[in-house]
Amino acid sequence: MTDPHLQGLPGAVVHDEIVPARAPWLHRVRRGETLRIVDLEGNQAVDFLIYAADDDAERYSAQDTVAAQGNIFLRTGAMLLSNEGRPMMRIAVTNVDYHDTIGGACSCESNTLRYGHFTKSQHACVENFLTANARAARGKRDMVSNINFFMNVPVEADGALGIVDGISAPGLTVDLLAEMDVDVVVSNCPQVNNPCNGFNPTPVRMIVSAPAEQPA
Amino acid sequence: MTSQTADPYGAQAHARAMAGTKVEAMPTVPAAAGDAPGPVVWEETIAAGGYASRRLARGARLRLIDLAGDSCASLLLFNAEQPVERLNVADTLKVQWNGYLGEGKLLLSDMGRVLASLLVDTAGTHDAFCGASNQASNERKYGEGANHTAHPNARDRLMLGVAKHGLSRKDVHPCLNLFKGTRIAPDGTIEPQVGPFPPGREVILRAEMELIVVLANCPHVLDPRPGWSVTPLRATAWRGEVTPPGDPVRTAAPEGLRAFLNTEDYYAR
Repeated sequence: MTDPHLQGLPGAVVHDEIVPARAPWLHRVRRGETLRIVDLEGNQAVDFLIYAADDDAERYSAQDTVAAQGNIFLRTGAMLLSNEGRPMMRIAVTNVDYHDTIGGACSCESNTLRYGHFTKSQHACVENFLTANARAARGKRDMVSNINFFMNVPVEADGALGIVDGISAPGLTVDLLAEMDVDVVVSNCPQVNNPCNGFNPTPVRMIVSAPAEQPA
Repeated sequence: MTSQTADPYGAQAHARAMAGTKVEAMPTVPAAAGDAPGPVVWEETIAAGGYASRRLARGARLRLIDLAGDSCASLLLFNAEQPVERLNVADTLKVQWNGYLGEGKLLLSDMGRVLASLLVDTAGTHDAFCGASNQASNERKYGEGANHTAHPNARDRLMLGVAKHGLSRKDVHPCLNLFKGTRIAPDGTIEPQVGPFPPGREVILRAEMELIVVLANCPHVLDPRPGWSVTPLRATAWRGEVTPPGDPVRTAAPEGLRAFLNTEDYYAR
């Protein structure tokens, strides 16, 4: 086997799936498993939320995460914290310099502000999050600030910020080690009005690895 | 000697003798404020470590004063008619192409509408990145963090604030911190600005929708000082006009104008 996307995973592959361009994804990742996201064609924003499997009122908190690490960018080693300050997942390794968690998700409604009312009927990440979460009996109250893997949102000295050209590339990855049992909810971003997907939404690959084999 | 509260009559007299007590952190009821330019609907000094939540009508002004220069007003906003619509911090920053709050900025909902606008800001140090402290972070820093302790955390204060309006843990969304600021370095480092600052700095918000406002006043989560340091926060609200078409805040930017148009469209009934 020479599949380069599987190299370096800690254990056996227990799930392997291509999420089509523009699609939602919901998956339970168990504590100790590693979720690898592969940016197959490069600069594809992967909007990402995490819910504690035991109590989904506990969920990923961008604010707790950036406050605890004292930095707004998510890099290798970043601990992704819940709204109650507990570790949910950790970025075990990524070969992208940093990922965003400030920019949030695109929505039909915010698109009307950002680009004009002509975008109201375009598909958006909030639609994907709501669709995926509905299958787990979650709804709009479960929407919070998310992670945008493979998306670039710099902040200038005067506070100016925006989604700019990406710093990812085809085949780059992020490995997420689950620190608790979690529901991962993804929107493979359908946005076509800014450079978050290089103006061309593409598929991504989701690979879940079992923990490393313990020596007998 | 018999206790003065041994029977209901004594207990009643004892309780009633407390009426009229004044402390620094308390509401004024009926609401009154000598320094408000309109009919006052809310006047309250929120304790260090305290919280408050309130319904405000569209057009109302909410003035927050950092009385002694060391308050931190963590803020949640909801559409009072339909609280599933609420402040979206990410959209607030992204739509306005800026991470720093200040005069003229809009606080946007997750439905592409304006919940409130920031009319006056004499502070200039606010934070949209770090959110609320939580029990774990307060325990690490101050040894305790629960609501019943001397060092309550902002998240659990906000939880109580939303609960008074029938809401719950899932409704404690990412918040804004007023009066305590952050700046972002080029490498992403968050630089807190916690002061303490001169007393009396203020912000005035205009309610652009029917609102539930929830405030917690706890130390900023990145406050580097070892001690739990926070001072009382004064909230005053008065009735005001709904934003007219020519309002300069309404028309300042095309994205913001569309948010006002969406808000006005929502109230077209």
